[in-house]
Amino acid sequence: MTTSPTTPTTPADPAAPGRPTLAVFKLASCDGCQLTLLDCEDELLALSGEVEIAHFLEATSAVRPGPYDLTLVEGSVTTPADAERIRQIRAASRHLVTIGACATAGGIQALRNFADVEEFTRAVYARPDYIDTLATSTPVSAHVDVDFELRGCPVDRRQLLEVVTAFLAGRKPDISDHSVCFECKRRGTVCVTVAHGTPCLGPVTHAGCGALCPAYGRGCYGCFGPAGRPGPSGGSLSVNLPALIPVLHRDGMDDRDVERLLRTFNSAAFHAESEEDS
Amino acid sequence: MTSTPAAGAPRTAVLDKDGLAALVAALVADGRTVVGPTVRDGAIVLAPIDSAEQLPYGWGVELEAGHYRLSHREDGAAFAHSAGPQSWKNFLHPQREKLWSADRAKDGELTVRAEPPEAVSYAFLGVRPCDLRAIAIQDRVLTGGHFRDTGYGERRRGAFLVAVECTAPGATCFCVSMGGGPGTDSGFDLALTEVIDGAGHRFLVRSGSEAGTALLDQLPCTAADRETRQAARTVVADAADAMGRAMPPVDLQRLMGGSLEAERWDDVAARCLTCGNCTMVCPTCFCTTTEEVTDLTGDHAERWQRWDSCFDLDFSHLHGGPVRSSGRSRYRQWLTHKLGTWHDQFDSSGCVGCGRCIVWCPVGIDITEEVTALKAEADTKGHAQHGTHEKEAER
Repeated sequence: MTTSPTTPTTPADPAAPGRPTLAVFKLASCDGCQLTLLDCEDELLALSGEVEIAHFLEATSAVRPGPYDLTLVEGSVTTPADAERIRQIRAASRHLVTIGACATAGGIQALRNFADVEEFTRAVYARPDYIDTLATSTPVSAHVDVDFELRGCPVDRRQLLEVVTAFLAGRKPDISDHSVCFECKRRGTVCVTVAHGTPCLGPVTHAGCGALCPAYGRGCYGCFGPAGRPGPSGGSLSVNLPALIPVLHRDGMDDRDVERLLRTFNSAAFHAESEEDS
Repeated sequence: MTSTPAAGAPRTAVLDKDGLAALVAALVADGRTVVGPTVRDGAIVLAPIDSAEQLPYGWGVELEAGHYRLSHREDGAAFAHSAGPQSWKNFLHPQREKLWSADRAKDGELTVRAEPPEAVSYAFLGVRPCDLRAIAIQDRVLTGGHFRDTGYGERRRGAFLVAVECTAPGATCFCVSMGGGPGTDSGFDLALTEVIDGAGHRFLVRSGSEAGTALLDQLPCTAADRETRQAARTVVADAADAMGRAMPPVDLQRLMGGSLEAERWDDVAARCLTCGNCTMVCPTCFCTTTEEVTDLTGDHAERWQRWDSCFDLDFSHLHGGPVRSSGRSRYRQWLTHKLGTWHDQFDSSGCVGCGRCIVWCPVGIDITEEVTALKAEADTKGHAQHGTHEKEAER
């Protein structure tokens, strides 16, 4: 249900008084992505000069009712209550942007999608009957239309600013859909797979982090999810996950290692890629 | 400088290791940013160096498809390695460059300022003959037509090229079959050939431009003796015979043009990750995209040019979506342009046989192997088609 990047419209009616309003909401998540907004220390003053922060509980308990010009949502939908709440948030938002692996792919909590969630609740909680949860963790786009999805666990600070800036200007965000390999090559990082034999998900992972891990000699662990964008059949047009598996095996991973590597913050999205191509 | 014909008499001489150190020191003293091979992160990379001590003395490389490893060399050679993870385009045609910026004043007036290219004067040390050809190709592409990349042109005009003939081609090298070779006679300011034998570790040096001769005149060198000249000829001739791979001897332009519907594209697409590594390590791939960025206020905008790749979905994004959405169509685009339509566009092949795309492909897709398969398929289909035509004629 994800729509293509927003059409260039100005968030706020120029005739209307005041600055555009910004809202930040969370569903099932760790708060790390909205913390990234607070992490924009050098830009926060400029940001608060351009937008009116109308709802951002991590920053202030003073909240204003919608509608909002730009709403950022982190977290996935895991409860019936959140499934209803995201509809209300959508209805109150002119533009809805989801931020982070939970909101765009279901997050680490989507591991439940491959298991029996009732068994989990029985194992974890003394009174499982108190728990009202869905059998799956799903991205926001599975429930409502989304204007833009920003990847990452957590999202990248510069990319978050770029998205907010782009929506303020009414232009398309300059966020590339290509692989992490593009970023390694651009920053001059020597390929950890080719030169060191280190297992790396970079060739199938969405860019955006600036190829952080390979720059420190580590393999990419896919925290931005599959590269590319979804095609008509759901799987990414730009990821050929089955072709990478033999390389991971060559570099010392067994099937269990590969499964663990793929089942992290974007497990549901990578799972869709395995289904897509197998 | 290499573009100006040599007015001073070309010289040939011999440098020892101290002489090579003096060469680097002279280029640094000249105010140049000297870029050369050096060991970093398990590879021989190209990076700015201050002295010849940073050259990879005693290091070689083992190359295979999707595989690169450093290895020690007993002979202590500085240049006995083949193409690494970068090429000179990383410096001449940088991955990201600001083109202009614009500011909007309070009264709404716009001021646009072109961004002057960064004033940098490069000296490239260790340019292989395959890379000299690659630079010549990028010269034609980026400065030879109507639309010139001024930044590239400036950096290129100011660059001093020290070529080093190839004495240790890798298992993925195939420059000879692309019409090149490990030796070179033109396109450089100075050319070195590394010789290590009973008579010592030394470099035969030839000047190829006035600037090259002028610099050579400053260096502590000895006359080029017959033995060193002969030894240099021998190591380069041996290198020509030691190519690890070969492109099939066919009319590649024609093969590509006739292979647009080949089944082989499905085969390679099943292996291709569409990660884009081949295009970024390729010394001739030149594609860029531009992006406008604004600041939060919207009163300041910048236009940046950055490397793009035909493996990026956005590369062929028109209204509604990418024209080349499948991996098959993107790999085909890359290969048929590189080996086929490049001729139509720029009067040469886009491939110099450096082998980087083979080495740095994470799954080891081999351009020579793909062409071999395409040729085999074309041969088979040619026969089959010939038969069909005969049958049709019979009817």
